[in-house]
Amino acid sequence: MNAQRILRLFCRGTLLVIFALGLFAGSFTHYSYAHQFRELPNTAPSAAHLLGTDGLGRDLFTRIVYGTRVSLLLAPAAALLATILAVVLGGIAGLSGGWLEKIILAFTDLFMSLPLLFVLIALRALLPLDVSPSLSVVATFVVLGLLGWPASLRVVWAAAKHLRDSDHILLAQALGYRRSQILLRQVIPCLRPIFLAQFWISIPLFILTEATLSMLGLGVMEPLPSWGNLLRGSEDFSAMAANPWRLVPLVVLVLTVICFQFVFQSSEELA
Amino acid sequence: MRFSRRSTLLGLAFFTFVFSAPSGRAQSGAELHFCLHGEPKTFDPILVDDEASENVRYLTGGVLIRVNRQTQALEPALAESWKVSPDGRKITFHLRKGLYFSDGTPFSSEDVAYTMKLLMDPQINSATGDAFRTAKGTSIDVQTPSTDVAVISFPTLVAGLERLFDQVAILSSKSPKKEMSVLGPYYVSEYVAGSHVLLRRNPNYWKHDSEGHPLPYIETLRLDIQRNRDIELMRFRRGELQLINRLDAEQFDRLQKDSPGVAKNAGAGFDGEELWFNQTAASALPDYKKKWFQATAFRQAVSLSINRADLARVVFDGYATPAYGPVSPSNHFWFNAGLPAPKHDPQAALQILARAGFRFENGSLKDSDGHPVAFTVITNSGNTAREKMATMIQQDLSDIGITLKVVTLDFPSLIERITHSFEYDACLLGLVNTDLDPNGQMTVWLSSGEDHQWNPSQKTPATPWEAEIDKLMQEQASTPDEKLRKAKFDRVQQIVAEQQPFIYLINKNALSAVSPDLVGASPVALNPQAFWNIETLRLKPATDMGASK
Repeated sequence: MNAQRILRLFCRGTLLVIFALGLFAGSFTHYSYAHQFRELPNTAPSAAHLLGTDGLGRDLFTRIVYGTRVSLLLAPAAALLATILAVVLGGIAGLSGGWLEKIILAFTDLFMSLPLLFVLIALRALLPLDVSPSLSVVATFVVLGLLGWPASLRVVWAAAKHLRDSDHILLAQALGYRRSQILLRQVIPCLRPIFLAQFWISIPLFILTEATLSMLGLGVMEPLPSWGNLLRGSEDFSAMAANPWRLVPLVVLVLTVICFQFVFQSSEELA
Repeated sequence: MRFSRRSTLLGLAFFTFVFSAPSGRAQSGAELHFCLHGEPKTFDPILVDDEASENVRYLTGGVLIRVNRQTQALEPALAESWKVSPDGRKITFHLRKGLYFSDGTPFSSEDVAYTMKLLMDPQINSATGDAFRTAKGTSIDVQTPSTDVAVISFPTLVAGLERLFDQVAILSSKSPKKEMSVLGPYYVSEYVAGSHVLLRRNPNYWKHDSEGHPLPYIETLRLDIQRNRDIELMRFRRGELQLINRLDAEQFDRLQKDSPGVAKNAGAGFDGEELWFNQTAASALPDYKKKWFQATAFRQAVSLSINRADLARVVFDGYATPAYGPVSPSNHFWFNAGLPAPKHDPQAALQILARAGFRFENGSLKDSDGHPVAFTVITNSGNTAREKMATMIQQDLSDIGITLKVVTLDFPSLIERITHSFEYDACLLGLVNTDLDPNGQMTVWLSSGEDHQWNPSQKTPATPWEAEIDKLMQEQASTPDEKLRKAKFDRVQQIVAEQQPFIYLINKNALSAVSPDLVGASPVALNPQAFWNIETLRLKPATDMGASK
């Protein structure tokens, strides 16, 4: 048990460091993430470029810290959006029952049956071309948030339905509490750990989805870095063997997802 | 019994002669392995429309005239000789006698007539046949006065007529095997969808080497269907493949470092990358953007600000050549050597823009009405090299104050925008050019053409220079005089260099890999780069799979 606590502390600490790197990216590097040192493409780590440069001669460390900002700030935002949608719709379905529950669940099943990646690609193609890279990032994550709620909804709905038939809710109703009072004092506190768990589990999911989109060239627009488009440099395994420092974005992504999993486990246990 | 030193040497020489498949002899059992990068869609040479099928057609099809991929000159093949009439409408072939298809069916002028009629059949809609179609229709007349003479007449002149026959594999009119009966060096022996195509040596192939030995030397070719280029390279390194027909620059660079002897760079290839602006009058672009894109000065300035040498060096590891224009320098006859070398001069770009009324203020460029100059370039997603090029152009243009946004789209969405909705500012794409003759680019250069990408399908030319290009292209297509045609197309190239409707960026080098076990390979820029001389390639005995020993 003690070892688990230490591990969780370590994960929280790691996430804190990674978040801090992203949030205060400008303090850790004096290069621009977009500047191309064209005489130095694909160079090895050095004092001038801590993690070397990418194929266009851009400082890889700078791109990782700025990419961290993009991925780690927007993925939680997308996760929050998806969780809110899941909580509201799942809560209504679970607590109300009847035809409303059936409609919401049918709608959820329909969404779950859609091939998410193709829907994302189609929506991405429909976006206007004349948007700035920053806006394209926000748009990408908003789309991810708007499409990423159905799985969470199922969990919230099951918990809310279970709660609807529980003794303490029936007791509260029998004592004459108003609906809003039951919702605020009984339902939400009981479901809060589930909301948190869904939120935490969604973050790495959205980071990975953005990475997949970027691997397809459809995620965050150049020259803005994200973990996804940084991972595109790792497509070529034999080049990786010759330049192992190019694996750093992958290591950071894996570390973050693992840390989120451990932090999530503690939330799940609470739930 | 004692052996003298001399008899031992003679014995060794005999042993080597008998057991090592000497040059000039067919290598029984020898199997050459390489990859096709996609599933061949058809084995019918008339219907070929993809690279994999085209490669199979090259290896199996017998043609009347062959373009030598190295010299780019025409060589007699099934036709011993030919003559084009002075008006360029008729071609007379004198065929080789006593030739047979792979299944033993005799070859005659009737087969030429049969093939040409199929090729020009409007219901078949052959892409190969498109090159022969003229404005006056598709009807042709084929006369066969004897079994070894075929006379083909077209309704109007077809410029560069002889070269077009390089793509026409002759079919048998009588063979029950139909298109599987061939006149080329190999025939299709086995096809397993998704796995491989096995080609065997055609025992009836007509060609012999200088010593009179029948060609080709190698007994079988196994063409594995492999889309993943990394796996292809890995298999090549393991010795499972003996050649790679096309390599990208990054793979080539790694191979060059590991095993310099096997990486073959044939210089500037025929494939180019270019950028163009949307000049379509019907597009929904704001008027000020249309004004920029339609201004020659603007396009010239953008062209001048792009550092093509950096694109070639950084994106293609130096295995690309800054492009002069629509014709690669490797196209010996049609390239206009008088064109100015592509320049990178941001200061000159700013001067041109200033003369055209643009203002460079605080690092930002504004037009005469005060609009900041910013536009979006679209390219297809998943093409790393193209995305890198767009990102580099983004930095180059920022030096003259232009803000460039790069948007990658999936290919169908991109095609929809550039061909139907015209909802885009600029596009970065590649042009695959397999035809040496400019007639293959008529739909690109004629203002009425569908592939006139910057402003397609115009009813009348929108600008005087497009009208001049129309006139020159039609004139060069209506004369059989090659020198005159060259002069006309040189002028077209000059206009394109001045007006920059396409901003040509680079020509990718023709890169391939050839194992030391394969003897006689000499890769060239024209497709099929590494196996254009398949008939004379030989495998060293160790790779003969043991059968020749």
